[in-house]
Amino acid sequence: MTDDAPLLVAEGLTRYYGARLGCRDVSLTLHAGEVLAIVGESGSGKSTLLGLLSTELEPSAGAIHYRMRDGEMRDLSALTEGERRLLLRTDWGFVRQHAEKGLRMAVSAGGNVGERLMAVGWRNYAGIRNEAIDWLSRVEIQPDRIDDDPRAFSGGMRQRLQIARNLVTKPRLVFMDEPTGGLDVSVQARLLDLIRSLVADLGLAVIIVTHDLAVARLLSHRIMVMKEGRVIEEGLTDQVLDDPREPYTQLLVSSVLAA
Amino acid sequence: MTALEQTQTASTSAGMPAITYNFAYLDEQTKRMIRRAILKAIAIPGYQVPFASREMPMPYGWGTGGVQVTAAILGMDDVLKVIDQGSDDTTNAVAIRGFFETTAPGVATTTRTQDATVIQTRHRVPEQQLQAHQVLVYQVPIPEPLRFLEPRETETRKLHALADYGLMHVKLYEDIARHGHIATTYAYPVEVDGRYVMDPSPIPKFDNPKMDDSPALQLFGAGREKRIYAIPPHTRVVPLDFEDHPFKVQHFAKPCALCAATGVYLDEVILDDRGGRMFVCSDTDYCNTRQAEGHRGEMSALPEAAE
Repeated sequence: MTDDAPLLVAEGLTRYYGARLGCRDVSLTLHAGEVLAIVGESGSGKSTLLGLLSTELEPSAGAIHYRMRDGEMRDLSALTEGERRLLLRTDWGFVRQHAEKGLRMAVSAGGNVGERLMAVGWRNYAGIRNEAIDWLSRVEIQPDRIDDDPRAFSGGMRQRLQIARNLVTKPRLVFMDEPTGGLDVSVQARLLDLIRSLVADLGLAVIIVTHDLAVARLLSHRIMVMKEGRVIEEGLTDQVLDDPREPYTQLLVSSVLAA
Repeated sequence: MTALEQTQTASTSAGMPAITYNFAYLDEQTKRMIRRAILKAIAIPGYQVPFASREMPMPYGWGTGGVQVTAAILGMDDVLKVIDQGSDDTTNAVAIRGFFETTAPGVATTTRTQDATVIQTRHRVPEQQLQAHQVLVYQVPIPEPLRFLEPRETETRKLHALADYGLMHVKLYEDIARHGHIATTYAYPVEVDGRYVMDPSPIPKFDNPKMDDSPALQLFGAGREKRIYAIPPHTRVVPLDFEDHPFKVQHFAKPCALCAATGVYLDEVILDDRGGRMFVCSDTDYCNTRQAEGHRGEMSALPEAAE
């Protein structure tokens, strides 16, 4: 399998919630190491699309194919529940907007980072702990906080812990849902910096959902603009943001407050 | 252990209608239902089989699950022993033994482990090695080992179905991170027959090795949670642990103060309000047997007969 084969291919993804439309006829191709931003205002179907791509939601129509670690393209809807869960906690990561949903709040930072390792069969306490310490320092959390639980962490630290917890199994694809939402600006900047360097170091493919065009510009290579459940414009991030074609995208870009 | 339909005839005086119970309290249809659940549980070691738990004339938490399992397997030729925290003469044991003496006339009861064919227990496994003709029935309050890690029953069932037990190790990891060692001392999770992770009921982890390769059939009944599970004879039962923090049982510094037994589980008994205490066998039958054989501990009433 050559490296120019796509990592993930989605075709005609459609999701209805009863009669209401979640998102309609979305197709996309993602290659290894590529960062794709999905932007749009609230209710435009960004999170639905992310849910579909990460197999948390079942599509009403359409299919997703993913290149597994052995190089084989698999239809994600045909995976068994066991295979799907294994994929979710080894080859994939999911960084959520609210860290409380992506972390076990009653479990120590070390336990949070070690959970995926233990789930894939690590049974050596010292080994798990060393790996956890290594990852905590990579996301700029002091190793002496390893036994504190995330309730004692600030919002920014929780997000960094969530990232460490997801990256510990060296995934190839990470989904991010508004990872900087609800953080103050300086913390956002540090977090974005960290994400950008980790993505570059590890060669991660990322699908990031955000309503913040600055985040999209900073992190992503390509961008998709959604409105009312459909993709209305897509292309290279700089191109779309500097020279938006659709009136709606122009409106979005012009709505950003200049600092 | 075929339980015959038999009703207890109470003497009727003054024309009052006699209260009659079916043999061993439960009706025969209920017993059949429970036996089916038991058979399925034996067929899938460690798997929690749902069953239609009945209201019993005792509160939940007093062994309603164990009592139903015992009632379903009890036959006329059985000899019943009931243990509560190792003891034959504490409230729970006396009450349940009395219950079956009343509702299952003809069934002999005993306190001697070796004489019993059915042993219902709460919190202990007898010290004496069980035999192939014996059945050990555990009373279980919370059958789900993952319960305090994952509150959703739908999810825990999936985790069991997929043998997805990483969470259990997260709990043990947390123990070591907080206490320096695995601090779970009772209800210590075990893997049964290389497949299902099981809560062995709140027995001390000291008793976990006794479950492994036991010649006796072990049945577990949870009345409130409506689950039955089982370990068939000679099944591999392995406590979960880490390579560098292996499973260990409790050790006691001194032997039993009454019978000088070592390598048994001891209870602490407070003697006065000045720090006086003694450690004695939790298994009263084992302790009594040893004393009858002439073994004497340091606080025994007959010091001159010390071995």
